[in-house]
Amino acid sequence: MPVPAVKRTILLSLGLLLLLAIVLSLALGPVSIPFTDAISALLRPITGWPVAADTQLIVEHIRLPRTLMGILIGATLALTGAAMQGLFRNPLADPALIGVSSGAALGAAMVIVLGGVWLAALPAALTPYTQAAGAFAGALLTTWLVYRLGSSAQGVSMASMLLAGVAIAALSAAVVGLLTYIADDAMLRALTFWNLGSLGAASYDRVGMLVLCCGLVWWRLPRQARALNALLLGESEARHLGVEVERVKRELVLLTALGVGAAVAAAGLIGFVGLVVPHLVRLMLGPDHRQLLPACMLLGAALLLLADVAARLLVAPAELPLGILTALLGAPFFIALLMRMQRRGGM
Amino acid sequence: MLQALQLCCQRGHRRILEQVELALEPGEVLVVLGTNGAGKSTLLATLTGELVPCAGQVLLDQRPLASWSAQERARRMAVLPQSSVLAFAFQVEEVVAMGRMPHASGQRRDAEILREAMAAADVSHLAARSYLSLSGGERQRVHLARVLAQVWDSAEQGCLLLDEPTASLDLAHQHLTLQQAREMAARGLAVLVVLHDLNLAARYADRLLLLHEGRVCAQGSPWEVLQVERLEEVFKVPVRVQPHPLHDCPLVLS
Repeated sequence: MPVPAVKRTILLSLGLLLLLAIVLSLALGPVSIPFTDAISALLRPITGWPVAADTQLIVEHIRLPRTLMGILIGATLALTGAAMQGLFRNPLADPALIGVSSGAALGAAMVIVLGGVWLAALPAALTPYTQAAGAFAGALLTTWLVYRLGSSAQGVSMASMLLAGVAIAALSAAVVGLLTYIADDAMLRALTFWNLGSLGAASYDRVGMLVLCCGLVWWRLPRQARALNALLLGESEARHLGVEVERVKRELVLLTALGVGAAVAAAGLIGFVGLVVPHLVRLMLGPDHRQLLPACMLLGAALLLLADVAARLLVAPAELPLGILTALLGAPFFIALLMRMQRRGGM
Repeated sequence: MLQALQLCCQRGHRRILEQVELALEPGEVLVVLGTNGAGKSTLLATLTGELVPCAGQVLLDQRPLASWSAQERARRMAVLPQSSVLAFAFQVEEVVAMGRMPHASGQRRDAEILREAMAAADVSHLAARSYLSLSGGERQRVHLARVLAQVWDSAEQGCLLLDEPTASLDLAHQHLTLQQAREMAARGLAVLVVLHDLNLAARYADRLLLLHEGRVCAQGSPWEVLQVERLEEVFKVPVRVQPHPLHDCPLVLS
């Protein structure tokens, strides 16, 4: 069926929302910059418009990498959240809730604390990559584990999936606690940062790592939109519709782990984006992944940028950890969804 | 079209199917009967490639089923499951449209097929409704429309396998569903239906296959298969078989 005009309009509005969020993210913070100056500073390499030097410095070296990271991470978390919900056939799956993010954080923490000796020889520019590799391995292992624990012939049970998430989160909290015990001061700061989640450590090195990892996810994952639609009917049904289920599942798990791993490595645990965004988009566009996935990317990027702006402004000149803000907003949303699902038996 | 040769299947140490032979021909409706646990679902799962037999093989068009690519096979074979786990608010029309996924027949042709398949399963009036707002029987018919759409154009090339398609349907829709199965057979498709109701089977099938403890206990026309002693032995209930007063088929009373 062709994409109806209404759905195209919604996609377009989400794109405009993202543009607005980008401008806000460049302009707002401890030092407020007029919107026009922020845009001029952003476009100066192309247009050559005159911009005050300090404005140029703030936009180019602080706000722009942070904004880019917000876009990359927000879109990736929302995209992988939507993919996991399709894969698990359950609208409540979220990388943070089912333990994938905890697993990723654990992987990254192990690299920080235990890897220090061997990895010290590597150039600093590679640090984001080694941490991302640890996070990826942790995310991959937990996704696989949760899927094995939670799935049966009838599909994936929500209870066992969430329980597996609880168990993994507890396990990784314990191990991270243990690592905290043996960590030195610098490591402690890095660990705390991981558990709270923040875009505060944005740098072009991290942006580079994210572009590589998330780029792959953005490129490959939306191609599975039709297969994801079919998977919602059940695995056998998808197979009968010509989907190579095992291959698709493998690819989805790998891409999700890569995306979440990269996001966690760059910014720590930022929960609920992957839950809230796909849900909001489904309310607007319906569950068809061909529109859902791109819309999730747009809305995920926009919402994460807006949340980050709020995190910067609410307690300025200090800043609130972004992960705490998203959890404060997301957890009640999750509880409301859970209650609604119990009443109606479906989304 | 679809052939099973000496199929044996095992789950754990228990043999579920033993030496099952069947050949499904284009243009016919074959109904598989049997008690709970006789191996009907296992047979269906093996015929669709869900389950790999521990001996014997399944041929689609003389070629082993495993040698078909998933998409190629989906263009030829549609399967209606007993129940579905769909828990997302798709519109009915979107669910039916998934049936056209394996094909590349173009939006115009697909739209025509969707319209016809939805009319055939009597769900046209639900087209814009959310799947989640439907009753169990309506959902079952939506999936019927989906699998009809999948093999709508396949004619002699296609086969349609329905697993207890009448389970949650009212009387009128039970007949409508099996009527559709007959109509698909009339267009050349090979149709296999798993049923529990002996009288629906007798009325709509060209051939019956009675499974008992994993073996084919009888195969043939309704009159040949539905015999008193055999039914009493298999189902452990006293029965009488007499000509149907309205149709040219046997009627089983129990």
